[in-house]
Amino acid sequence: MSGAFLQQLVDSLAALMLLVSFALLAQHRMLSVLNWFAAQGVLLAVTAVVVAYGTDNHELYISAVMTFLLKGLLLPWLLWRVIKELHVHREVEPLMNMPLTMLIALAVTLFSFHIIQPIEKISELLTRDSMAIATACVLLGMLMMITRRKAITQVIGFLAVENALFFAAIGSTNGMPLVVEIGIAFDVLIAALIFGLFFFQIRETFDSLEVDIMQSHLIQEDENE
Amino acid sequence: MNAFLIQFLQAVLLIVLAPLAAGFVATCKARLQNRRGGGVMQPWRNLRKLIAKEVVMAEHASWIFRFAPYVVFTATVMAASCVPAVLVNTPLSLTADVIALVALLALARFFLALAGMDIGTAFGGMGASREMTFSALAEPAMLMSVFVLSLSAHSTNLTTMINHALNAPLVLQPSLAFALAAMVMIAIAENGRIPIDNPTTHLELTMIHEAMILEYSGRHLALMEWAAMIKLLLFATLLIDLFLPWGMATDAGILALTLALALWVAKLFGLLLMLALAETGLAKMRLFEAPEYLSGAFVIAFLGLLTHYMLEVGA
Repeated sequence: MSGAFLQQLVDSLAALMLLVSFALLAQHRMLSVLNWFAAQGVLLAVTAVVVAYGTDNHELYISAVMTFLLKGLLLPWLLWRVIKELHVHREVEPLMNMPLTMLIALAVTLFSFHIIQPIEKISELLTRDSMAIATACVLLGMLMMITRRKAITQVIGFLAVENALFFAAIGSTNGMPLVVEIGIAFDVLIAALIFGLFFFQIRETFDSLEVDIMQSHLIQEDENE
Repeated sequence: MNAFLIQFLQAVLLIVLAPLAAGFVATCKARLQNRRGGGVMQPWRNLRKLIAKEVVMAEHASWIFRFAPYVVFTATVMAASCVPAVLVNTPLSLTADVIALVALLALARFFLALAGMDIGTAFGGMGASREMTFSALAEPAMLMSVFVLSLSAHSTNLTTMINHALNAPLVLQPSLAFALAAMVMIAIAENGRIPIDNPTTHLELTMIHEAMILEYSGRHLALMEWAAMIKLLLFATLLIDLFLPWGMATDAGILALTLALALWVAKLFGLLLMLALAETGLAKMRLFEAPEYLSGAFVIAFLGLLTHYMLEVGA
């Protein structure tokens, strides 16, 4: 495969990544959010394989396999179990209506494209074009955390931010040292496990996973004291 | 002169073939649902029957109601003749660009909505208001997805855009995929096909197109329905032109024209078959979800524009 074709392939994968981030933001149902999150993980693994092939970096193959197993299978499965057991697999309740969220998301994407443009000009990497998209995906994940009511969707937003950061890492450094990547992967895994435990705790204490209700509950307690 | 003749023949071809295409989709759907269906010729038979029938007009109908079918039909035919189906360099497509095409369709839609409101029935007004709401969202999305292609061709002229696509080297362009996805979504919505509107229903509270033409009868109804069929074929041809133009004739030789015609018909079959499959597999959306669907199409088209700037211009 020629360099130009690989470049196009990486660009296409980056574009797909952006599309998946938008799709994640646009979903109504909890389970479809989870499916798109899993799709994002698989896409990351594919990108890692392509970049590994393009740059001849063998360590990236290992991290691609790890990404696939962890972000494509294990984390979605863990979250799916939590959702099943807490019976929250209904509607996602966004704070704003969808078209407005989408417009904000477009503006965020435009903003990150604008700020990355000067950086892109000085880079010589295979993946230089995907930097802007990775930044946009980070911001989109943050937008998802901001605009959702339920704790569980906020956590998915957080994990999407992590995915985007990994994508940015592949894009800007052609893969971090393997030790760092294994460390991050385990961090994320442990974070997801702790989040899972937290969900049950939150549910037991507040009878709901909605962030607003937790706040009002605390305020009530303060007043009682 | 020769080019004008081909242009004329091409327009006639589109107009004559439109009911057949609608019949093909209906037959495919019937077969997929284990019915026999009325056959490919059924829309033609319907049109012939309607043209022969007497026109019944409401007492309060004004001249707008009487004029609208002719305006809608003419505007749609004009739009259809702007779109090159077989030969790339037709005289009309050189003069009219995509913006003119969208404007012609908007003119047809405007009169359709006026006619819907003219009689003053509840259904007509409801249909017109829905059509206007959705078109306000669909038109910018359609223009946006066309602009993605215009950006690389540096023109909004269909002929120039097709020539650019024919001569461009085969590269992976994510922006084109975005534009295609948005365009397909818009084409489905604009033609009132299943996720948005059901073309086969007559008595449903969520109908859009049928609600506006409910009061028409006889040849007026025939013209309205024919215009809708031409619009379907127009969008299919536009999709072929913009995204799969390979094999279109660039000169007016007999061999090239025959080959282009055969390829066009084959691509058309493929698209219409996919439409029938999609319509069988999907359920109609709730009416209030339609704006979300259309704004989704707009977002995808806009993403196409952004990725074009980010990934393709710099590279």
